[in-house]
Formats: sequence, C-alpha cells, structure tokens
Amino acid sequence: MEKQGSEENLIQIKDLYLNFYTYDGVVKALDGVTLNLKKGEILGVVGETGCGKSVTSLSTLSIVVPPGRIEKGEIEFNIKGKTYDLLSFKDATMRRVRGQYISMIFQEPRSALNPVYTVGDQIAEVFFHHRREEIINAAIAQLKKDLEKSSRLKSWIRKYELSLYGKMLKNPKALSLTLALKIPIVKRFQNRMKKEARELVIEMLKLLNIPDPARVVDMYPHELSGGMAQRAVIAMALSCNPLMLIADEPTTNLDVTVQAQILLLIKELQKKFGSSILYVTHDLGVVAEICDTVAVMYAGNVVETADVIGLFKKPLHPYTQALLESIPRPGERFVSISGTVPSLISPPTGCRFNDRCRYTLEMCPNVKPQLVEAEKDHFVACHLYNEGK
Amino acid sequence: MEALMSIEDLKKYYPVLSGVFKKKVAEVKAVDKVSFDIYKGECFGVVGESGCGKTTLGKTIIRLLNPDGGHVFYKTPRELVEGIKYLKREDPKSRALKHLLKKYDLAYLTGARLKRFRRFMQIVYQDPTTSLDPRMLLKDIVAEPLVAQGLARGSQVIERVTGALEKVGLSEKHLYRYPHEFSGGQRQRIAVARAIVSNPEFIVLDEPTSSVDVSVRAQLLNLFQDLQKDLGLTYMFISHDLSVVECISNRVAVMYLGKVVERAETEGLYKNPLHPYTQALFASIPVPDPTRRRIRAPLSGEVPSPVNPPSGCRFHPRCPIAMELCRREEPPLLDVGREHYVACFAVTK
Repeated sequence: MEKQGSEENLIQIKDLYLNFYTYDGVVKALDGVTLNLKKGEILGVVGETGCGKSVTSLSTLSIVVPPGRIEKGEIEFNIKGKTYDLLSFKDATMRRVRGQYISMIFQEPRSALNPVYTVGDQIAEVFFHHRREEIINAAIAQLKKDLEKSSRLKSWIRKYELSLYGKMLKNPKALSLTLALKIPIVKRFQNRMKKEARELVIEMLKLLNIPDPARVVDMYPHELSGGMAQRAVIAMALSCNPLMLIADEPTTNLDVTVQAQILLLIKELQKKFGSSILYVTHDLGVVAEICDTVAVMYAGNVVETADVIGLFKKPLHPYTQALLESIPRPGERFVSISGTVPSLISPPTGCRFNDRCRYTLEMCPNVKPQLVEAEKDHFVACHLYNEGK
Repeated sequence: MEALMSIEDLKKYYPVLSGVFKKKVAEVKAVDKVSFDIYKGECFGVVGESGCGKTTLGKTIIRLLNPDGGHVFYKTPRELVEGIKYLKREDPKSRALKHLLKKYDLAYLTGARLKRFRRFMQIVYQDPTTSLDPRMLLKDIVAEPLVAQGLARGSQVIERVTGALEKVGLSEKHLYRYPHEFSGGQRQRIAVARAIVSNPEFIVLDEPTSSVDVSVRAQLLNLFQDLQKDLGLTYMFISHDLSVVECISNRVAVMYLGKVVERAETEGLYKNPLHPYTQALFASIPVPDPTRRRIRAPLSGEVPSPVNPPSGCRFHPRCPIAMELCRREEPPLLDVGREHYVACFAVTK
C-alpha cells in the first residue's frame, strides 16, 4: 500500500468508522472522523467524555480492543516521503511502527507502568525492541576493549561472549544462541547489554529533568510521585525519537503546578525532537496553552478544526461556541449547554448535535453535515455554513 | 457578619502504623491547626493540590472524622467562643469549660446529641458513582437522611423526597430507578437532593464538579447557586479547580500540606495573591486564551510527603523567596488588612 503522498501531512485519518459491539447494542463511537496532523505541529483534540477522542488515538496505533472494531476508513502515515495505510498493516509490521514511529503517553501513569518491574527495566524494554543493534554494537565495542587487557582464562570467556553477540547481530534465531540463553550461568552474558541499555535510560531520564536519574532507574513505579511517573512514561514514549507522539490526557490526574511542569516539558521536547503531537484533552485551557491547531469532537464526529487562535477568537460551530462559553467567568452566571451528551447506541439522526443546538435548522435532523472550509483553514461541520454549496 | 461555623485550631493526624504490634511510628498531619470562620449564607472556598488535606478538613468539620484537637463551634456567638478560649487558657480543667464545650463544640459531641446535629450538616462527594448505593432505588437513597433522623414518616417521606428532587431538577418519574440509569450530571443531582432533603444549613461540597464534563459542570454550578439563594444554605466548596472557586465563592482559603497559607475575600485574593505559593498556583493555571500564552512552570518539584513535612514554613523547599528564618520558624497566619490573611514572613514582616 505505497503511495506518493503530500509532504507536509504526517498522518491523515480519513472517514474513520468504529463501532463497539456491546450487549446493549452497537455503540457507534466514531462516525466518519477526519483528522490531519501536519509535520512538527501539536494538534489538540478536544471534546467531552465519550466523544471518541481517545478511541481515535487508539485506532492510529491499531490497539482498539474488542468489542471495538474499525469498520472502515483510512489512516495514512507518511514516512520518508512514502504514504502507508496503517490499517492495512499486519500485526508484526504494526509492532515495529509502535514505539519507533508512533508512540503514546497514557492518561494514568500508574496504570501504564508495570508495578513489578523497575522503571529502568521498563524503559530499557523499548530500547531492546527498537534499538537492539545499537545496544549490541556498544556491548561488542566494550567487550573488545576489555579483551585487550584481560588474562588468558578471562579472554577465553570474553571471546565466547563476543561470538554470541556476533550471532545476535547476524542471526538472532541461531540454535547455539537459543541454547546459551537457556543455560543459567552462560546467559549472564546479556548483562553487558543491559548495562548499555541502562546508560541510555539514564541519559533519557536526564533529558526529562528527573533529579538523580541514576537512583530513579532502580525504583519501582509505586515509589514515584504522580509527576515523576508521568515523566517516566514520557521517557518511554520518546526513547525512540518517534515521528508522532500521541498524548492522551497526560496531565488530567496531576496537580496544576505539576501540570505546568509537564506541559512545559512536552513543549520543549517537541522543539528538540521535532515530533508531531496529537494532544487529546478536555481542558480548553491546556489547548490554548500548547496546541497549534485544534479539532473539536462531539459524539464521534469532528465538528470543527482550525488553528488555535482562530478557534478561540471566532468559534463557528454552535457546540464549540457553547463549549467556550461554559468556561466560568467571575461575576457572570455559568452558561451551560442544555441537555446531555446523547447515547451513541441510538445517536440523533443527521447532525448529532441537533437536539442541543440553539440554531437547529429544518434540515439538521435529516442530513449529516460535512466538514467544509468556511474560512481559510477553518473547517466546520454545520449546515449554518453550508448554504449554497 | 454572623459566623455559622467557627473553627479553632483544628487538627487531624493520621497515625502511621508499623511492625508486628502496629506501633505508631509517625503521623500524617493532614490538617494542622487550622482556624477560620464560615459566615452564614456565604460560600467558603478551599483550594489546594491533592494531598493538602482539604477533603480531610471538610470531613472533620462536620464530624465525619474525629478531630485530634481543636474546636468546631456551630452557631455559637462570637463572645461565647472568645469566652471559651479565655477559659481554656486560664483554667483548662474547670467544670464550666467542660460544660460549655459539651454544649457548643461539635468536636466534643457524642451519641444522640451529635446525631441531632448531623441533619444540619451534609456533604456532597466528588464521585456520584461511588457515593450512591447501586442497589438502592432513588427514592430510598434520597429518603435515607429522613429515615435515619426520624424526620418524616409514611407518606411524608415520599412527599419530601419528591420536593427535594424537584428542587434539583429531577421529577417524580425518576423515583423508582437505580443510580446506573442516570447520567453523571443527574447522579450528582441525586447526591445533592439527598443532601438537601433534611433541610440542612451547611453543606460541604467536596469537588462536586470534578467528575463531570464542562457543559454539565455549568449546570451543576448554577444549581448550587440557585439552591443557596432559595434555601439560605451555607457552603464550603472544596476544589482544585481555581476558576470555578473564583466564580462561586465569597471567601477562599488556600491550603498547602495541612496548613492554610492564605485566606481572603475572593476578589482580593485573585487580584492580589500575596503568598508565593498562591502566586505560583495561579500562574500555573492554563488560560483559555491562545493570545495570552505564557507557558512556564513557576514551581519545581512536587508537594513533599506530609509524614515528614519540612521544618519551619512547609513551603520553603519550593519557595523562590525563602529566607533563613523560613527554615527555622513557622510563619503565623496574620492579617494584612481587608480580611486578607497570609502566613509568610516575607509578606507580613
């Protein structure tokens, strides 16, 4: 599925449909989602609970678990000038994409980390998976250095280790290697590799402003505070320098002062690594603070996309307008959106916002609005802006 | 201003137990010598980061937790409170003091007398999915305070339940439903109905809007304000969402590691925060205005563990203007004019 694609888009989600098959009925979680992430930008996806913002990010990594199923749509990913459809990838191919090209920061750092492994081990796992050769080469270089100054007996052991590492590079499935990995004392030769990975992990943690990284590497997740755990998760996500980073509400469970630290960190790292970020959140304040463009989602639809300044200055879709008005302002009465988020098992027909909208037109319950460019680079899915087209 | 609740030097320590015999090895000072008044008919906001003791404070005030020291006076005239404080200072073992405390101090009430007070004080919890019993019908959930207090009987119960439900925007047709049949916002309304059904005077709102979405949040906040006006309620609004507190509260207290570091009228506090922690807290809130971007992290590090809080001023390890004095001594909460209290040597000096 190779195609020559446009240069500036990194990922393009086109008309994505996703359903959850539950006992209560089919939940139509995504209903034709179209998103566009350009290279080097931060795209904020905002919406209320259950609007499908998290599921959209999960489907980019193909980690939607049953009963969820992607019905149709395309997710085009641009690597080195070529465009691939991620949905057509096999599991094994996808596994190489995850972590290396696209990685993800989850909402709850404590549940994202495994409680029985140290932080260092967990971050090193990413290195073992995606930067194996680099680590092995470093280990071999170290071995050769040791070989020069070791005694005769030790040099025999080191030579054997060297041959094992050589095999690891050339043919990781060789029989002698598999055997060596099974024998208790012999398999200790891997320690050299682990040591190299540990160095890389410490370097990574240093990048994330973690105080005393050499100590943190050997800590278990429960010993870390919330902000620290989130930094470890970010370290894991950034360890392979991915082209795209998905941040799924990374600061929701953190305190405001720590949130400010993490936001600053994400922004700095983005500048340093040049990754594009898909930032999923429900907090409009955070969006205004770090995003370049914004996509507003409602009940499985993208209702509006625009650059952040345009959106906050002149929101076009009635839902976005209501969302911005519901930010509390002192001295005024709180403005609320009437009604509640509809059930996605039997969503309203036509525009899914029509029963809560203040400008409902005659056609709204019948025809589903498409995203149209109402102003320059400002797309909106609403019949109000659709006249004459 | 008439004080509805006067809190004096309230303490709540949690023991840290360890070893075979569960010996007490340390204490978590969740609330440490906190004093303030809550005036009748106002909304008193409490803000702070997680773990600063704001929820413990709310629960201790209405005696859901037993305080380890201090007093909570409910509807006690100021002179009497001063009198009790004087007695305590001069003659702590007098019978008159004991008698007065038993009569007025919530912290000393027990048994039936305490139960009688409970109907005047209610709480709305953060997450309605866990604060409502999933196996109880709505009518039983809301009627529980009435039944427990013996306030109504027979057909009266349903009458009062329906009354309370109508006040929060639900109706009679919802009576025979279970909590899971409602949306998050509606569930929180049920929790509010349960709180107001016994005609209380004081309600602790413990992060009531943090589990709902923005659009529903506004509905709930309007409901709180309407109820306050109609029923003459007094609120203690606990939240970490500073913008909500700004809009709903008359006065605000900022807590850090079990201590109130700053307390003032809302407008004064938000316009002119004096304590370095309050300033940093306000500077950390993301502003929903992309043209006024000022991303920065004013505070490094995180809230230290309350088991071994820093000596002196508890904020000094993170404070940008910490002095030598801050390390040694604990700053008292002092008035700097216009009902603005700050606990910081740099400000009060």
